[in-house]
Amino acid sequence: MDQPVAIAAEGLVKKFGEIEAVKGIDLSVRTGEIFGFLGPNGAGKSTTINILCTLMKATAGNAAVAGVDVERDPAGVRSRIGLVFQDPSLDQQLTARENLEFHAFMYNVPAAVRGQRIAEVLEMVDLADRANSIVMTFSGGMRRRLEIARGILHTPTVLFLDEPTIGLDPQTRRHIWSYLEALRDREKITIFMTTHYMDEAEYCDRIAIIDHGSIVGLGTPDELKATVGGDVVTITTADNHAAATELSERFQLAPMVDNGTLRVEVDDGAGFVPRLVRELSVPVESVAFRRPSLDDVFLKLTGRAIREEEAGPKDMLRMMGRAWGGRR
Amino acid sequence: MSETVVSAPAVRRRGAASAAWSNARAVYIIWYRDVLRYSRERAQVVASLAQPLLYLIIFGTGLSSAIGGARFGPSGANYQTFIYPGIIGMTILFTSIFGAMSVVWDREFGFLKEVLVAPIDRSAVAIGKTLGGATRAMIQGLLLLVLAPLIGVALSVGSILGIVVLAFILAFALSALGVALAARMRSMQGFQVVMNFLMLPMFFLSGALFPLSGLPDWMTILTRLDPATYGMDALRRAVLGSAADPLGVSLFGQIVPIWLEALILIAFGLVMLGLAVRSFQVRD
Repeated sequence: MDQPVAIAAEGLVKKFGEIEAVKGIDLSVRTGEIFGFLGPNGAGKSTTINILCTLMKATAGNAAVAGVDVERDPAGVRSRIGLVFQDPSLDQQLTARENLEFHAFMYNVPAAVRGQRIAEVLEMVDLADRANSIVMTFSGGMRRRLEIARGILHTPTVLFLDEPTIGLDPQTRRHIWSYLEALRDREKITIFMTTHYMDEAEYCDRIAIIDHGSIVGLGTPDELKATVGGDVVTITTADNHAAATELSERFQLAPMVDNGTLRVEVDDGAGFVPRLVRELSVPVESVAFRRPSLDDVFLKLTGRAIREEEAGPKDMLRMMGRAWGGRR
Repeated sequence: MSETVVSAPAVRRRGAASAAWSNARAVYIIWYRDVLRYSRERAQVVASLAQPLLYLIIFGTGLSSAIGGARFGPSGANYQTFIYPGIIGMTILFTSIFGAMSVVWDREFGFLKEVLVAPIDRSAVAIGKTLGGATRAMIQGLLLLVLAPLIGVALSVGSILGIVVLAFILAFALSALGVALAARMRSMQGFQVVMNFLMLPMFFLSGALFPLSGLPDWMTILTRLDPATYGMDALRRAVLGSAADPLGVSLFGQIVPIWLEALILIAFGLVMLGLAVRSFQVRD
């Protein structure tokens, strides 16, 4: 069945001086899907999202969001999208309700429905009982939820979230996700989000993996995992180097060395492990096999693992800012 | 691919009237946010009255004694009375510039992004911020009117109305200047520069603390280039009554009428507002 396209981009390029941050990205996001944009820091995720949100101008290429061209009618795009930024953007001196009222005025939410809509979105993110509290007293997770509520207040057709869960603890992150999924079902909204947490990408209907400004993989989480092969086997041996040579020559496998372990992809892990232990001349110290994860997909596509430790100094500062709560 | 691109409804045109209306609403809410925050800063409001009081009571009394109780103008105002309107103007000047710096705070704390991505014209942002800052500065300056009986100045309903209008015009002009500067600033570090090279010179040259007659030529020129001069002078004449008119600032040998001083300020404010709008319209 034909599904209308919520976001369409063709050949998006963004240059900052000599540096090409985005190198010709094509995208097609369907209405009502949760689309994840996955990649390490500096891969071009935020730049792409900024172009789609009309905060930046593309150097080349074109894009339309909710059917509106980002270059020709930025205000038209902005009235149809909701945004949750990577950095907090609430007025911490105002109450939750006042922040939402500000937004309602800025986005021309009709006075007749304003109060009801504000109550509705506060309810949706479980903040109704804190509506009249000053935001400064909110935890990091509550602030994020309020920002999500604000992002959907003016009933946008597409909601953009730039690293919505960065710096939040795992429990809060799961929480945020359950809100987003409920939201998609209730509001029939398209959600476009960036993340560098692999486990979060599992929640998405489809994922684009971006590295060095280009999309290197696209599909549902299952489709992407299927590209890796049947099972992922991780092995540690007395001599990983010798074992790697042997694995590629005798077993016709493509081993990858990662953090002191060897990993190979095989069709049938259960059958392979006994054979490996029996036939490998280097003593095996440990061996495990599992279904492939998105980490494996990322490793395969980019040749390196994505890690949370990759967070740059700026992210560290952000996390600390969140952890310490109010900065003002 | 079984996808069809929803055709863009050829750049939807909202009626000009409805666009103007949504921009007016945006101006209102940006202004309202500033006023709301101001109303919550009671402790700060009281604390910020300390500086004008120090000028009036300590500086005023001290200098008044040092100059041997010299009198100013035909009505023979003492020094304290002379600087009283100037201190009101100073409060408006400082509050306007400080207030405009909230744009930089908003940038640092991320809130400005929420404002700038809204589907409104950026001119609404500049106007809303200017009016919000001007309202705060005006109220802050007018609070000092309660001291009038202590200073020995008699105010009538008519003169208070005049003072309110002039205070707002001065606050508007200076807030527009502040917003125009703040829109370009990316961090609070630049504020020190603004304070030392703009705010304080504007204050000292404005004639808040001394009459602007009989000065060396170079300084006379500088004082006449300072927009705050016209605000201070107009306020002084409104507060002290028409008897103070001969004290007024002269241009080309003529005492400038109050209405012209107000016009100069409005024109300056509008030019600054235009610059502020342009600064906000810059997109990466």
